[in-house]
This record gives sequence, C-alpha cells and structure tokens, in this order.
Amino acid sequence: MTTTAPAPAAAAGTKPASMAQALQRALRDALTEDPTVHVMGEDVGALGGVFRITDGLAADFGEERCTDTPLAEAGILGTAVGMAMYGLRPVVEMQFDAFAYPAFEQLISHVSRMRNRTRGAMPLPITIRVPYGGGIGGVEHHSDSSEAYYLATPGLHVVTPATVADAYGLLRQSIASDDPVVFLEPKRLYWSKDVWNPEAPSSVEELGRAAVRRAGRSATLITYGPSLPVCLEAAEAARAEGWDLEVVDLRSLVPFDDATVCASVRRTGRAVIVHEAAGFGGPGGEIAARVTERCFHHLEAPVLRVTGFDIPYPPPMLERHHLPGVDRILDAVARLQWEAES
Amino acid sequence: MTEHMTVMEQRAAHRPAPPPAWKLRTDPGPLLPEAEPRRVLGTPAAAKADPQLLRALYEQLVRGRRYNAQATALTKQGRLAVYPSSTGQEACEVAAALVLEEQDWLFPSYRDTLAAVARGLDPVQALSLLRGDWHTGYDPREHRIAPLSTPLATQLPHAVGLAHAARLRGDDTVALALVGDGGTSEGDFHEALNFAAVWQAPVVFLVQNNGFAISVPLHKQTAAPSLAHKAVGYGMPGRLVDGNDAVAVHQVLDEAVRHAREGGGPTLVEAVTYRLEAHTNADDATRYRDDEEVAAWRAHDPIVLLEKELTDRDLLDESGIQAARDAADAFAAGLRERMNQDAELDPMDLFRHIYAEQTQQLREQAAQLRAELEAEDER
Repeated sequence: MTTTAPAPAAAAGTKPASMAQALQRALRDALTEDPTVHVMGEDVGALGGVFRITDGLAADFGEERCTDTPLAEAGILGTAVGMAMYGLRPVVEMQFDAFAYPAFEQLISHVSRMRNRTRGAMPLPITIRVPYGGGIGGVEHHSDSSEAYYLATPGLHVVTPATVADAYGLLRQSIASDDPVVFLEPKRLYWSKDVWNPEAPSSVEELGRAAVRRAGRSATLITYGPSLPVCLEAAEAARAEGWDLEVVDLRSLVPFDDATVCASVRRTGRAVIVHEAAGFGGPGGEIAARVTERCFHHLEAPVLRVTGFDIPYPPPMLERHHLPGVDRILDAVARLQWEAES
Repeated sequence: MTEHMTVMEQRAAHRPAPPPAWKLRTDPGPLLPEAEPRRVLGTPAAAKADPQLLRALYEQLVRGRRYNAQATALTKQGRLAVYPSSTGQEACEVAAALVLEEQDWLFPSYRDTLAAVARGLDPVQALSLLRGDWHTGYDPREHRIAPLSTPLATQLPHAVGLAHAARLRGDDTVALALVGDGGTSEGDFHEALNFAAVWQAPVVFLVQNNGFAISVPLHKQTAAPSLAHKAVGYGMPGRLVDGNDAVAVHQVLDEAVRHAREGGGPTLVEAVTYRLEAHTNADDATRYRDDEEVAAWRAHDPIVLLEKELTDRDLLDESGIQAARDAADAFAAGLRERMNQDAELDPMDLFRHIYAEQTQQLREQAAQLRAELEAEDER
C-alpha cells in the first residue's frame, strides 16, 4: 500500500512486494494447484499482459493454460462460458475497464444467470479480472470505474482488493469460487508496495467480508479499492482537526458485508462513503441507503458521499479535479453536523 | 513441407513479410462452398443412402411436424407462453440431432426445441422455457444439450469454448451449434467463428437460413454471396445444403462432424430452408410475405421429399406411413396430456440458485417472500 498506511511489523520472510506481484503469484499458485484453471485474454502470453500480471505464466504453464486470445472481449468471455460448462475454471483478463464493455451481453445474459437458469446444474466458475479506476494518466477509455454496472447484475460477485495481501487472498478465493466473480483490480495500486510474505501467502477465508483498516471513534469512512489509501491518508490528516476516523475497506461489493459496515457506523454515528465511480447511480447510493435503513437511530448526521463527478472520465491532465482526494474527504467529514454534539 | 503441418502449425509458422514477399496464409479454394445447395433426394446419390437412416429420419420428421403442431396448439390454449415453430425446418432439426454421438454437445437456440426432442430430451423439459415454469427444464450436462439460447448467436462462443475445452482434455467431443440467418449478423457469430478457426476447435455451426429474421428478409441482413461464404473469411470450410433435404443435411453435417472429430477444425454449414409458420404465435407473417411464396416452399416440403424417395424405393408403403403418423399422434397426445396439467411451481426456487451459497441479502428477501406466501395461505 502507500507509505501513509500503517505498516505491519515486519515478520520473518516478509519484504516489500507490489500488488502486481501478489496477483501474479495468485495466478501462478492457482495454475499450479488446479489443472482446470486456465488464464486467457489479450496479450496475456508472451507479453505477460499490458500490466505484466501474467508475466511468465505462458512460458511456465504452456500456451494452453495461459492463452493469447483473438482481440474480442465478447468472444473471450463467451468461450470461457463454454470452457466452464465443460468443467474448466477460466480466469479471464479484460485489458482495461472500458474494454470490458463488449463482453457485457455474455456477462449479463449468460455468466450471471447460468446457475439460476439451470437450477444449479451448471454453475460457471469464471473469474473476470478487470483493471479499473483512474489516477494513472490514462487517455480516454483507460480509467473507468465500472463497478456500478457489475453490482447491478444479480448472480455476480464483485470483488476488489486494496492491499497487497488481499490482492493475493481475494484472487485465490475468487478463482476457487464456484460462482462467477468480477475481480476489479485498482490499477493505480498495481505498483504500490506493502510488507508481504511471498513464502507463505494466504487466501482469505471467504468472499464478502469487509475489513476495518483503521479503528476510530468519530466517523466511519466506507471505501474500497483505489480509494482506500486516500481514505487512510485523510484519516491521518483528520487527527489534526481532532477527528478519529475509522476506515472500512469493503473488499467485496457483492456480497455486501452489512454487518461489518453497520457495526462500525453504529459505533461512530457518522459515515462518509468514498469511491471514484460517479455518485449518481454509483455504489455509494446503495451503501448510504443500506446504512440509513439499518443504523438510522445511531446516526448523528446524514450519510455523505465523496465520489467522482457525474461526468465521463476526464482527460488525464484534468483527472486530479475529478478523483476524490484528501481535502474533499475532510470537507465532507466537516459537514457531519459536529456542532449538534456540543 | 507445409503439407505435413496442421492448419494451426501452418498459421503459427506464418510471419508477416513486406509486400514483395507477401502471400496468402492459406489456400481459400478448398474453403469455398458449393455453387448450389447440395441435394441428395431426387438425385442418383440418393440410391446410396442407408435405408435404415432414411427410415429413422422419416419417422423423426413426421413426429417433429406433429410436435410443432401440438406445441402451437398448446400456445393457443394458453399452455405455452410463446412458441417459435420450426415447421418446415424439421429436416435441419432432426438431422442435427441424429448426426451427433452420445458424447457430443448440441447448442440450440429458442427455435430448436425439436432438435433437443429428436435427441431424446423429454419434450416437457424441452418446453420449460416456453411454458414459463423455469428457464431451462433439464440438466444440460446430463443430456449434453446447452440451455436454449434466447439472445441470438450468444450460444455460439459457448459451443466453441466447450469444444476447445474438450480437445484440451483429449476427449473426442464435438459441439454442434444452431443459429438462424438473422443471427449471422450478430457480433457473437463473428467472434465465435473467428475463435473456432483460430483454435481449430471441433465445432460445427449450422445456420438454418429460413429466409426471415422475424420479418426482415435475408437481403436486408447480408450482402454476402451466401451465408456459407462467410466461412472463407475465417479460414474454415463453408458448406451449402438444401435444408429441406433431410438426407443431404445429415450427410453434410456428418462430414463436418467427422472432420471436426478428426482434428480438422470447424465448419460452417448453411442450410437453405423456409419457416412455414410465422415467427411465433404472436407474429403476423402476412404483413411481410405473400401466399405464393409460402406455397412454393410447401411444394418443397421436407417430409414430402423424403416420403417420395422411400416409397419410390419401396422402403415405405401406406401402412408404414400410417404407422409413422400414429406414432407421432401418440407422442403428441402424451405431450398434450402432460402439458394440460398445471406446472409444479415453488416460488422459493427464485432464491435457491443465484449463488453457490445464499447471500445474507438474499436470505432476507427469501424470508420476506416466505412470510408473504404464508400470509396468503392463511387468507
């Protein structure tokens, strides 16, 4: 993670590792342990993917296990459906968030509902890796936060790591899942480093559990993926204002961990949701509604959202004005009706 | 040297070269379809056809025609939500089913319940989607019949992926995917054929060109010389066949399936046929085609063509014809009786198969529905 994150005490065998390394290790271990796992996508072979997440996999496991496909996202996901129907466990790479859209019909009309359609007879254990989010200076169509589209589709899991350890653990668990998982990789965290033990990487217990990344008493920042480091930085900065912020990392948007989120909000009485995706129709609206429905009598202030604007993703020279930053988060925290307390 | 290399190896060996050295990657000649749809019935080739196959095709055609009529009647009686009839296209439906081995997979579209039934699937299970009691009424793996696909051509990449997976596992499974002329305009048709050819997947695509995509005729759908010609662009053979000649369709599909099973890769087959009924019971075909055209196709009926061959060769007499009709009537009566019983429904099924494990949110919603049902029962 970023330097602002509280670094865990270094244990034996631990060293700084990047999220990209952890993801690659997760794919490598899954390929090693389960012969039905197949990695496929554009440029995942000799090149190792445009982000190098699949680096070396084709060389080590062969082109049949790590396959360069034709450049066609619907075809990639559609053939993965057929492979899963025959008992394989495909891990599909979509090159960029906005390049995944051609695959939406396969995703929505088939991947998400095959289990239901067949009364459980034909589950589709497909993991769809999608690099997402901005902050990397990408030109148009390279920085979308497309999670709202996915989480509005019943039958999919929607998972996103924010730490190096989670990148490994959540990806392993996603590949092991018998359900389709949209695995959103925050691409601006690919090169962020954290202390991690690559000798003994561990999976997560189950999908659908949020994690409290920073304990606090004043208010809860609810976030995920690329916005976690920003929220942790904001929480540190908030100490100067006398606010002790709790930070919840959702890790999974579907299933949604109401229990962890609500327990935190009931403790603090205030909540701000932070994400890069546009606010209107974005995950924050759903989360705010859930928190309000479940924690209304514990709330000292309306649940607020700090999100991307309701605009197409900006050109790179303007993206800093769009992305939720520390100041915008602190401004929101300041509006949580503190005066009513005194 | 290249003649000893597989198609995949030939392609892998190819490297782009600047213009003076440029050459075609493969010879398109053998990929080109026939100049006219292949016919067997009414030609000297028919004499070579296996009598047992002819009889099997005939019995299935007669039963298939009766099945279509029964399903249409059930729709008028409100027992089916909708029925897209394959009347007139039975030769394609039946041949597609009969050409497959036990381990092979069939990928039908919503108009292809007859192919599934001809393969041996219980018609009540096949009609689940159209009855509306569930989406897929059977276990696809048990029957090796993929769910009936409603979004056009989206099942084609599934067939490619499944065939590819089978080959990776060393199985000799072939996938046969059905699609209509309208479906060939979809992007998934293109992507499926492209993937299939690149991977040399053991898959056969059967396009039933029945002349119309609901109301839109073929000339508004494509400018290709034929739909079979599209194969050449992907680097696979295209085959053109008279879709009302059951023996010819069976022959062409059989060749394609063998070719795929032997590692030769995919084939695109265009069967030229005609949808004698409207698109569905909800459609009015008189708005877009005239009776004369329909009458011309009725004269080229797949059952009549095959019946003539069988009777001309003394393989079938009046009693044989009557026996086939009686068997078809009995089949239809059984279907009618079962479909006239109310479907078994459990509203709680709505929540059972969304995920491997129900989420907390779905548990809560299921509890809500259960409470509503209990309250209904008490009233």
